[in-house]
Amino acid sequence: MRNAFVRSLMRLAAIDPRIVLVTGDLGFGVLTPFKERFPRQYVNAGVAEQNMTGLATGLAREGKIVFTYSIANFPTLRCLEQIRNDACYHRADVKVVAIGGGFSYGALGISHHATEDLSIMRALPEITCVAPGDLWETEEATAAIARAPGTCYLRLDKSAAPPTHAEGERFALGRARIVREGDAATIVASGGILAEVLAAAEALAGDGLYCRVISMHTLKPFDAAAIAAAARETGGIITVEENTVDGGLGGAVAEACLDAGVAPGFFRRIGLRTGFSCVVGSQPYLRERYGLDAPAIRAALLAALRGLTGVKKPGGISR
Amino acid sequence: MTAAIDTRALAKRIRIHTLRMTSGGGSSHIGSVFSMADIVAVLYGGVLRVRPDDPAWPGRDRFVLSKGHAGAGVYAALAERSFFPIEKLDTHHRDGSDLSGHVSHLGIPGVELSTGSLGHGLSIAAGMALAARLDGAAHRVFALLSDGECDEGSTWEAALFAAHHGLDNLAAIVDYNKIQSLDWVEKTIRLEPFADKWRAFGFAVAEVDGHDHAALAELLGRAPLPGGKPTCVIAHTVKGKGVSFMENAVLWHYRTARGEEFAAALRELEEGP
Repeated sequence: MRNAFVRSLMRLAAIDPRIVLVTGDLGFGVLTPFKERFPRQYVNAGVAEQNMTGLATGLAREGKIVFTYSIANFPTLRCLEQIRNDACYHRADVKVVAIGGGFSYGALGISHHATEDLSIMRALPEITCVAPGDLWETEEATAAIARAPGTCYLRLDKSAAPPTHAEGERFALGRARIVREGDAATIVASGGILAEVLAAAEALAGDGLYCRVISMHTLKPFDAAAIAAAARETGGIITVEENTVDGGLGGAVAEACLDAGVAPGFFRRIGLRTGFSCVVGSQPYLRERYGLDAPAIRAALLAALRGLTGVKKPGGISR
Repeated sequence: MTAAIDTRALAKRIRIHTLRMTSGGGSSHIGSVFSMADIVAVLYGGVLRVRPDDPAWPGRDRFVLSKGHAGAGVYAALAERSFFPIEKLDTHHRDGSDLSGHVSHLGIPGVELSTGSLGHGLSIAAGMALAARLDGAAHRVFALLSDGECDEGSTWEAALFAAHHGLDNLAAIVDYNKIQSLDWVEKTIRLEPFADKWRAFGFAVAEVDGHDHAALAELLGRAPLPGGKPTCVIAHTVKGKGVSFMENAVLWHYRTARGEEFAAALRELEEGP
């Protein structure tokens, strides 16, 4: 996703000199093409995320559109107050970009597990919060947040779902994308974990269960109407995020249902429930270990349907 | 600016307004305003190129009050310079007011930036200075810091950045009143040798008596200093300056003057220079 982001940002920077990229001394190799082509629109703020974010606010207050860039929790939690007070309160055009969402850097340890950022960032006022699921969404979201006024958060992932867009489809912040149709249930995903959800949906189709899959690429503003429709039109809702279940996508979906007075047939949140990971590992390994991968999603959905109907689920469950 | 402004008279009015605002609204930080009142008066009395009738004029000098807890002093200066009506000051720190205890720009003409959490201002000022350089703009950027906020690591992150990039259109002014919220700086987190620290970080450093209007006007008028470095002006000040029983007293960081204390303070200010 980070390469798609840089590609998209370079296209924007070529036509808009207001675009400035500020890195927190990360992006080895990846940002080199940007730096070489747009030296006047590139700043390395060093290992100093608080200053990076304040600096970005100052630049934005003077008319620049500033992307801050770093890994995991560094551009978000390390400088959360600068994002809140400086960027958000001033409605500054600061676009915070974190690469390494979820367990992207799983083997590096908990410092590099970005597993609460979706919940924390969506709680901030005056922010647009985006977690694209595939490369097309990444490129489109990059362009969209550059255009959107005010502060935005873009969470990027090492993994990405296969392309899900239709020819000529238009991307809009705050508008959920139905990337697969079905009415047995709805599976909602934010971020690169969409790949696991699509694989699960494919397997479930093999079971004769056709599920709607929603890529909820924007967590704020939240497309509550898409969730209310899913609750009404499909058998139930499962949310999937590589993030704590506290207050992230699952929380947002639950809020949307209750606010709308619509109860889905069943509701399950798939995400992290165990606090810090007690082990390290690759992203696929940790997804499997914590029940976020395609087989786990499929199993959860089958269990939910079984619980609902009391009927033995079709097909076998391996876990 | 049309006629020259008497900055000493402006400083006196800032202090009197602040006494009334903090007393009426029940807020703190009067000592922090009094220590910087002369600096703010000299800045808004002529050093800063600003247009009260066009607060967002692109050519204005930028002034960031990083020590946002002293916001009452900037509100008073702006009102005195006709950015907004003086009567508005009466709403300070009251229910439903937009004049918050810590300085806020929302709806307040002339406030460049909202602060209140310490250690934010210098970074933002550095961003403004960098933007001015990228755009070839000639305006200057001033950031007024407290000594206490030099405890914040982020202040020094910003200092490193500003020096590395040679932001010689940026001047940090430290209101060095030597008292922070609970005690003297020297007994809390020592800053000395303070000027040497800024020099070591790559700043051009000047020290000045922060209550000497002529010296302040001379120095701030030509700040930032030339030479390809950002400037740090260390202004030696007295916390609570202007009211005898508030001067150099830790108590008056948080205390609100009421009743007899209010009357005595007002009398001293009105009869003072």
